[in-house]
Amino acid sequence: MMEFRTPDEELGRFRRRVVIAGVFIAVCFGLLVARFWFLQVVRYDYYHTRAEDNRIALLPIVPGRGSITDRNGIPLARNYAAYTLEITPSRVRDLEATIDGLAEIVEIDARDRRRFKKLLEESKNFESVPIRTRLTEEEVARVIARRYQFPGVEVQARLFRDYPHGELASHVIGYIGRINQRDRERIEESGDEANYRGSEYIGKSGLELSYEAVLHGITGAEQVEVNAGGRAVRQLARTPGVAGNDLELTLNIEMQKVAEEAFGKRRGALVAIEPATGGVLALVSKPGYDPNLFVDGISTEDWKSLNESPDHPLVNRAIFSAYPPGSTFKPFMAMAGLSAGKRTITQTIADPGYFMFGGHRFMDDKIGGHGMVDLPKSIVVSCNTYYYQLANDLGIDGIANFMRPFGFGSRTGIDVPGEAEGVLPTPEWKKKRFRKKEHQKWFGGETISVGIGQGYNAYTPLQMANAVAALVNDGKLFRPHVVRHVVNPATGERRVVEPAPIRTIPFRPEHAAAVRQAMVDVNKAGTGARAFAGAPYSSGGKTGTAQVFSLRGQRYVEGRVSERLRDHSWFIAYAPADKPTIALAVLVENGGFGAQSAAPIARQVIDFHLLGKRRDQPAGEDADAADESDESDEHAGHPHAGAPAAAAEPAAPEAGGQDREPPSE
Amino acid sequence: MTDTRFHPRELLRGFLRPIDLPLLLLLGLLLAYAFVVMMSASPERIPSLQVNTAVALAAMWATARLPAQRLLSLALPLYLIGVLLLVAVDLFGETSKGATRWLDVGVTRIQPSEIMKIAMPLMLAWYFQQREGQIGLREFIVAGLLLVVPVGLIMVQPDLGTSLLVTAAGVYVIYFAGLSWKLIVPVVAVGVIGIVAIVGFGDQICQPGVDWPGLREYQKHRVCTLLDPTQDPLGKGFHIIQSTIAIGSGGVLGKGWMDGTQTHLAFLPERHTDFIFSVLAEEFGLIGIVVLLAIYVLLLLRGFYIAAMAPTLATRLLGGAITMIFFTYAFVNMGMVSGILPVVGVPLPFISYGGTALVTLCLGIGILMSIQRSRVLAQA
Repeated sequence: MMEFRTPDEELGRFRRRVVIAGVFIAVCFGLLVARFWFLQVVRYDYYHTRAEDNRIALLPIVPGRGSITDRNGIPLARNYAAYTLEITPSRVRDLEATIDGLAEIVEIDARDRRRFKKLLEESKNFESVPIRTRLTEEEVARVIARRYQFPGVEVQARLFRDYPHGELASHVIGYIGRINQRDRERIEESGDEANYRGSEYIGKSGLELSYEAVLHGITGAEQVEVNAGGRAVRQLARTPGVAGNDLELTLNIEMQKVAEEAFGKRRGALVAIEPATGGVLALVSKPGYDPNLFVDGISTEDWKSLNESPDHPLVNRAIFSAYPPGSTFKPFMAMAGLSAGKRTITQTIADPGYFMFGGHRFMDDKIGGHGMVDLPKSIVVSCNTYYYQLANDLGIDGIANFMRPFGFGSRTGIDVPGEAEGVLPTPEWKKKRFRKKEHQKWFGGETISVGIGQGYNAYTPLQMANAVAALVNDGKLFRPHVVRHVVNPATGERRVVEPAPIRTIPFRPEHAAAVRQAMVDVNKAGTGARAFAGAPYSSGGKTGTAQVFSLRGQRYVEGRVSERLRDHSWFIAYAPADKPTIALAVLVENGGFGAQSAAPIARQVIDFHLLGKRRDQPAGEDADAADESDESDEHAGHPHAGAPAAAAEPAAPEAGGQDREPPSE
Repeated sequence: MTDTRFHPRELLRGFLRPIDLPLLLLLGLLLAYAFVVMMSASPERIPSLQVNTAVALAAMWATARLPAQRLLSLALPLYLIGVLLLVAVDLFGETSKGATRWLDVGVTRIQPSEIMKIAMPLMLAWYFQQREGQIGLREFIVAGLLLVVPVGLIMVQPDLGTSLLVTAAGVYVIYFAGLSWKLIVPVVAVGVIGIVAIVGFGDQICQPGVDWPGLREYQKHRVCTLLDPTQDPLGKGFHIIQSTIAIGSGGVLGKGWMDGTQTHLAFLPERHTDFIFSVLAEEFGLIGIVVLLAIYVLLLLRGFYIAAMAPTLATRLLGGAITMIFFTYAFVNMGMVSGILPVVGVPLPFISYGGTALVTLCLGIGILMSIQRSRVLAQA
């Protein structure tokens, strides 16, 4: 290794080594340049995006939800600001201890804790969850003063939904609730995620659900630059949110109140429609519920009591429950007979008190019959025999084909969600309805029952009211609607929800005139006369009774059974008689005879509508002393005496649908 | 009369006599660049940067004035003082952030390992000069020992960055002194194989609980972070990730001076010291980098030229080693902030903030100037 070198050789070697070092440096710097080329040119887009993501945070600006008012501007759903006490679980070490600590400052009861637990399960860890809502100012001050003790706890000012009328019209208005996992999936499917960033609430039922897109508004955004600590440094851009549109309803909340009070504690439904537009004036389903309970997550006990009540307060009976129409079907049957040419107005039949078919005796209510009966009389006295015969002459398909255009057995398309179809029975329907071959056959006797509104017939109160509206509106059938105007609160622009005519039913005006005259006579001298005694206006109506066939699907509660076995009471009506501005259908569950409980409710609603009059006590409570003639007359509706085949399979599937699944809460 | 008359030109000439103008020009460019970048990265440090620069330039000038032989005669005392101070640090040093690097000497704290960056090449160059004409295996072994002792003392502090730089400084002198390729090649080969092995088995050896012989836990972390910064994006990998984002998002033209979002929104860590290069790359882009590299390359070329032309063995070795040290600083720093080398705490030469490092580097420039001047004097 040791060798002798001259200084020149030494120098030469040194310079060679310098050159080699230079080459090494060139390679290293080349490597760096290649690296920078890769970072700054090849992957520029990626790193540019990463840098932007780093610095820009998008904060949603949640728009105010639109309000809902009735046709006179009375608020039905509105927002108010209040303070909530919220906990962000991810920032809290011991949740229980924190809540216990907070409970020393503000009142937190067991209910609050349970609700918090439930909300916690539904939310993500980094979302703040309310433990107490509606703090008083004093409570806010107490929490703020000791906030340093509770990391992860914040007092937030939030907008709350308020339903000032509580139970009133609850099934129409519906309610909002906190967005849960299922809502989130639905939002994702519809591609609306961006608009729901920051939103906590969503419509869950009623108009709040069906008009969600209109009410919600457009979420704005604030683009802020954030530093590495996540603190907003400055605003880059701001897109203000667009507040949700307000809804102005056709509903008259005063009339709704009159109607609901008229029901008292009874269960049932009422639908009142403006025949010329299809606008819904009142839509009642009793019992109701307080939608305010749902807004911040309903407590378990409240939910239990609502969901497990045998009265099914959550079911919207007016549009979801279908009942056999009973004798209220007769005016429509009369129209069918006239239109088909099977009957004339003046043609009479002899009523011996029964109708023989297939060896069975279908009974009329009146022993010995009504004697000679023409079409007007058949409606006024509610003669079963007339309609047994007529049904037999028309045949089941003849009946169904005439009834279908009135909307019987199909959804009306109302803007309140959750409508049922009902059943307009036909042989085809029966074939589809039953699986066993021997159950699928249509029997002639079943047609006879359908003729008096019993048997497989099942219609919602809404369908009945809308059919009456079409009958008294020259056959013009509308899609019923509850919303009249959609109002943009910023511009004041009012979008009118135009009446949506579905079809004009081709019946002859003179036929309708005759049937309507008979219905007017019902209220003057027939089964509705007692309820409408002394009315300063002329109205048309028809009573009806739907038999309760079975207790299936309901819990057996002793002492209630007898009441629950009573028939459902129907009344359809319109007024004023010559130029009707209201058509309605009333159903009182287990109300007995139509004249007894349903008709007085109709009377109060029509009185209010035409006279602005309100009565204080529920209608028809005094009707226990209903006149014998009414009672016996309405007994005619009972098919069990004469329609064994029809009674075999009870109420349509929709009727059983009362035990529907609970809503997501 | 003439002697006492005020002659500004004479005075300037006297002042400039020890100065190598090309080196001064390149140094001036780098320092100007440093000011521009620092105004964006950390404007509040501009005043102290001015002070540091003035001190460093004065130190450079003072060094440049000394004849090279005088400098070399300081080698042994400087080296011995350095080693003594390092021992003192290990015995009574101040500890901060888990490392004992500083020595409190009353007025100020000093970092003796910095002294070794200059003392080491000076010492080895001086030693080889003593043995000129008979440099053999024995000399290289002695040089190796002279190198290992202070490096060992620095490593136990622990300070991986400085010990690597001091090692490099010594190794460069030994390399230029003519260490046989038969020894260099195997060492380099082992090194390359080692790096490949670390990269290849990164997943296994970075498991917690696996001890790396001879290295501390934080040193292991640095290497493992380099291998996969995404493993812990908010912890140890944060620096590298944010730094590469800053560089990459700069693109070709950069975001513009003062407009670097990574810099100004505090995503970049240590943006005035070790990561100042990322600020430069973010705001001035690839063009800014190429300009910086060009200045460095010119500086290195001038250094090599001076070394190749130096009159004695010691000045050649010293000049070559110092030039290589400049390169090492630049390469390691740029390599670590761009994610191809572990983060070892090496500043970007002449740009990063830090008085000690700037003075050390300018002393290196001063030594090069002194060497250049000694050649001129020898020729004269």
